[in-house]
Amino acid sequence: MLLEVDRICKSFSGLRALEDVSFGVPEGSIVGLIGPNGAGKTTCFDVIAGVTRADGGEVRFAGTRIDGWRPDQVCRAGIGRTFQLVKPFAGLSVMENVIVGALNACASVREAKVKAKGIIEELGLASKGDAMAASLTLPERKRLEVARALATGPRLLMLDEVMAGLRPTETDQMVALLRELNARMGLTILLIEHVMRAVMALSRALIVLHHGHVIATGTPAEVTLNPAVLDCYLGEEAV
Amino acid sequence: MIAFLTDGVPRRGLRLLAGLLVALLALPLAAGDYLITVLIGVFYFAYVGQAWNIMMGFAGQLSLGHALYVGLGAYASAALYVHFGVSPWLGLWAAMASSAAAGAAIGFLAFRFGVAGVYFAILTIAFAEFARIGFDHWSWLGGSAGLFLPVANYTGNDILALRGSPTMFYYAMLTLTAGAFLLCHALLRSRIGYAWLAIRESPDAAQALGIDVFRCKMAAVMLSAAMTSLGGVLFAFYYNNLFPEQIFHISRSIELILGPIIGGIGTLVGPIVGALLLSALAEALSEIMRALGVDLPGIKQVFYGLSLLLVVMFLPDGVWPALSRWLGRGRRGQG
Repeated sequence: MLLEVDRICKSFSGLRALEDVSFGVPEGSIVGLIGPNGAGKTTCFDVIAGVTRADGGEVRFAGTRIDGWRPDQVCRAGIGRTFQLVKPFAGLSVMENVIVGALNACASVREAKVKAKGIIEELGLASKGDAMAASLTLPERKRLEVARALATGPRLLMLDEVMAGLRPTETDQMVALLRELNARMGLTILLIEHVMRAVMALSRALIVLHHGHVIATGTPAEVTLNPAVLDCYLGEEAV
Repeated sequence: MIAFLTDGVPRRGLRLLAGLLVALLALPLAAGDYLITVLIGVFYFAYVGQAWNIMMGFAGQLSLGHALYVGLGAYASAALYVHFGVSPWLGLWAAMASSAAAGAAIGFLAFRFGVAGVYFAILTIAFAEFARIGFDHWSWLGGSAGLFLPVANYTGNDILALRGSPTMFYYAMLTLTAGAFLLCHALLRSRIGYAWLAIRESPDAAQALGIDVFRCKMAAVMLSAAMTSLGGVLFAFYYNNLFPEQIFHISRSIELILGPIIGGIGTLVGPIVGALLLSALAEALSEIMRALGVDLPGIKQVFYGLSLLLVVMFLPDGVWPALSRWLGRGRRGQG
């Protein structure tokens, strides 16, 4: 397992956001984290990324305990993440945004510029390279989030609802890109997603969270037939 | 090296800068003492404005207490010189060290305990005020009666002791200003420059991209403080007298940040343009008032304030961004 989440708990002043949540993400896989709103998905991401400190439990990445680390340390360890509510560097150009990410993985600014250029092209933002991030549309900002996280050179990429707000063709492009990165570079991906079209197309395994509990894990086919999951999230029509 | 320095600067801008530098170097040959004195003031504000800009313009940390570093630099170097005869060339290291330490103390308190934004600005004011009151009662440094450097009638310039003519200070201040400009230019293109800009725009996102936000902010504060204190060293040796009530006063902190605000926060040329404009404005107002025979107390300040208001209203990003857009358009027009 590249990432192991082991019985993590987190409460926010009485509200139990996560309770004994455990799952693993194998190296080279694409795993989806799904569940209804308020299930604790983003909290789970924040705990892994070091933004939120868990009340209990362990997070191990490539065999090393990383719970309690700061976000920048987690990033340098090899975990890149995007934010559900996008946080672009609004006053910087798209290119500069991605350079900042690339500097995490590059020895020099020159090298980071080359890397950033390549990533911008891959994400279809090449024509926007000099544009201020503030001028981007929401779908473009989502792609910029992915570009920046990808530029940090992660072994594990954690994507928080990057498909939300994208048109179906854009979703398909993103799915194709993530698949390609996974296949070509062996990039491991953990994604939170509500767009079922994307989740089902990408994920080799799904983890379903509900009220802070893992209620099901398995392949997409297994999970979609799980009565508990149907009941709380997917709805009976999904069958 | 040259390519690195000129990277990303439009050719027209480079020619302009080079021409300006040559003109400024040659200027003392032709100019009178009056213009030299005015320009020393311009360079001083351009320099300390540039230093402040590292913290606010680059890293997004608002300091309203930069008079603290000017004062610490001035007092450290002057006291060493007056009491022990230490050359300011050695004293400036003590000045930079003490200011960097003060900056580190403020930064540590603020950044460790999550004091940000307006509260951070208040903390910087508090430290400057603390210093003002403390130095007022420090008799070894003259207390409120002031610390004076011996003004001897030198026939020549004693560069080692920084005793000499305004022309010597003119070149010293010009060197400092040009040096700060080049340093900031290089910083913006370096790893830490990108980190600062990222932190300014979104600390959370910066940290998620592997940037150690605490360390980078500390570096910005300490560098800005150390650079500002160099301005204080020259200030002390140029004016030869120091009063805590003046040098640490909050009005000095405000005065110091007007240049970059008017010129353009976060830009390299902004602090220089701002300092130039503000001095030119002040001088022009004096001349106009004299010519008109108006002698109302405070009238100059009223017009000064009004002019600043107009600039902030119509050019909220500062003068330089608008000017450079205009220059850029001219370049494209040429083909």
